[in-house]
Amino acid sequence: MFALVDCNNFYASCERVFNPNLQGKPLAILSNNDGCVIARSDEAKSLGLPMGAPAFKYKTFFRDHKVHVYSSNYPLYGDMSRRVMRILERFTPDVEVYSIDEAFLKFEGFENYDLETYGHEIRTTILKWTGIPTCVGIAPTKALSKIANKIARKFPKETGGVYIIDTDLKRLKALKWTPIEKVWGIGHSLHKHLIKNQCKTAYDFVQLSDLWVRQSFSITQWKLKKDLEGISKIEMEQIKNKRAIATTRSFETTLTHLTDIKERISTFASSCAEKLRRQNSNCHMVIVFLKSNRFKTQSKQYRASTIVSIPFPTDSTLVISANAIKAIESIFKEGIQYKKAGVILTGIVPSYNRQLQMFDHEDPRHRPLMSAIDRLNNKYSTKKLKLANQDLKRTWKMRQAHLSPGYTTNLKDIIKVK
Amino acid sequence: MNKGNQQALEFFIPKSPNDLNGAIYFDTGISAGFPSPADDFMQQRLSLDSELIKNKEATFFARVSGQSMIDAGLNDNDLLVIDRSLSPSHNRIAVCFLDGEFTVKRLKVKKEEVWLQPENKNYKAIKITPENDFIIWGIVTNVIKKV
Repeated sequence: MFALVDCNNFYASCERVFNPNLQGKPLAILSNNDGCVIARSDEAKSLGLPMGAPAFKYKTFFRDHKVHVYSSNYPLYGDMSRRVMRILERFTPDVEVYSIDEAFLKFEGFENYDLETYGHEIRTTILKWTGIPTCVGIAPTKALSKIANKIARKFPKETGGVYIIDTDLKRLKALKWTPIEKVWGIGHSLHKHLIKNQCKTAYDFVQLSDLWVRQSFSITQWKLKKDLEGISKIEMEQIKNKRAIATTRSFETTLTHLTDIKERISTFASSCAEKLRRQNSNCHMVIVFLKSNRFKTQSKQYRASTIVSIPFPTDSTLVISANAIKAIESIFKEGIQYKKAGVILTGIVPSYNRQLQMFDHEDPRHRPLMSAIDRLNNKYSTKKLKLANQDLKRTWKMRQAHLSPGYTTNLKDIIKVK
Repeated sequence: MNKGNQQALEFFIPKSPNDLNGAIYFDTGISAGFPSPADDFMQQRLSLDSELIKNKEATFFARVSGQSMIDAGLNDNDLLVIDRSLSPSHNRIAVCFLDGEFTVKRLKVKKEEVWLQPENKNYKAIKITPENDFIIWGIVTNVIKKV
């Protein structure tokens, strides 16, 4: 069985933990430079405040509806995310961080557990320990756990934030309830194609023939179909997360030395940064994970992941790579045979600053330069970075007029109690 | 604190970090050869983090502002270590959110009633009623003060 744990309105919830006065009030979080709305509380959503709303256009809207507006406080969100993920690791050894606010859990050998109760326990623990509300969807496959999670989120009273798809009846009901465009991994163009073929819900999609799906689309969609049928085919990295960019690979041979792993991580980070620049985005957060070979049961098993938040948005290979290296150093343990690692960028925002992008075009001549810089970067970490990094200039230019304090990241900013 | 007039310093041996509940196991492996003589002397440097923070994920810090808890040793500007995973109970010192403000007080639970007891005779105890906007935010485990 799988579970998807998703934090409810994560950024807004983080703000509320340290400012409980915001409970029940509409809340909007702005992107870097206070450009546009990137996160909303439920109350703000029901006021009709759209995602991506430009802040300057909505000034009167915010005032009229008493919307509390905050600049994004990524150090805080990163720290809270790390706490949530670490707590999840206490519930199962198999946690796959999917983005800053969601993670998949795999339950192998949990046959004697009542997973619904377990789900409630997960939810209660996270809420009590961190103050962050979550929803938990449990199902035999990843795609279905995603749907179960949506149901839990949509019907908080009936489900108490936890929903399990554990019978065929529940599965079919859930599939009929899910519009095709809400199915995990169904992109925009795919959606159009399916609607044309009278395929409106996840249930309709499952009715299509395997052959047709494979011929019209790809193996990924076929796997998705199987997953929705309750036959687990989707492994973690097979479906792209729109809110994250990832490069994850199994190593050709197992690696045991930190230097070798750092080299890999650095390469993954560069490739992520390239993808990021290609779509004109910046990121705020770097997730790194490392795993031993789980099929070699006789050797020591270890898996870990962590999140580093970058105080300013960046698309620089140097910055991303340095942070990924920092992260891998913090989770690396000696004496393990590592088989797989990955770098995931999240907290993705559009880049406004198009000038000065050193590696904007994928000129093949840049490759050696980039890897040379990355190697240096590994050796000298931050010092060299500062020389080459154009982003630093942006830190003091960045508008953060509504920034909340660094409640968990700066001793000067911790809460005051009377 | 110490028996009689004997002045003694108490030394603490480092504890192994216990924030790894169940997630990771330790072993040095079973090797057939001669064991490393250094294994027995492996110690970590003392860590205040592991002494003060029992549950990393649930621990937060706060700064005391005011005098209401001075008799419990909580002075203005002291640093509080708060563990949200601990359950609130009678006589524990808690950080609460009461009517729009964070406050630190001793919890007093009498049958159905909850009181917030200051530790300063110039302050009155506060009875919590359903009209109050009230959350017990976390339990104070340690106070850190500058001297």
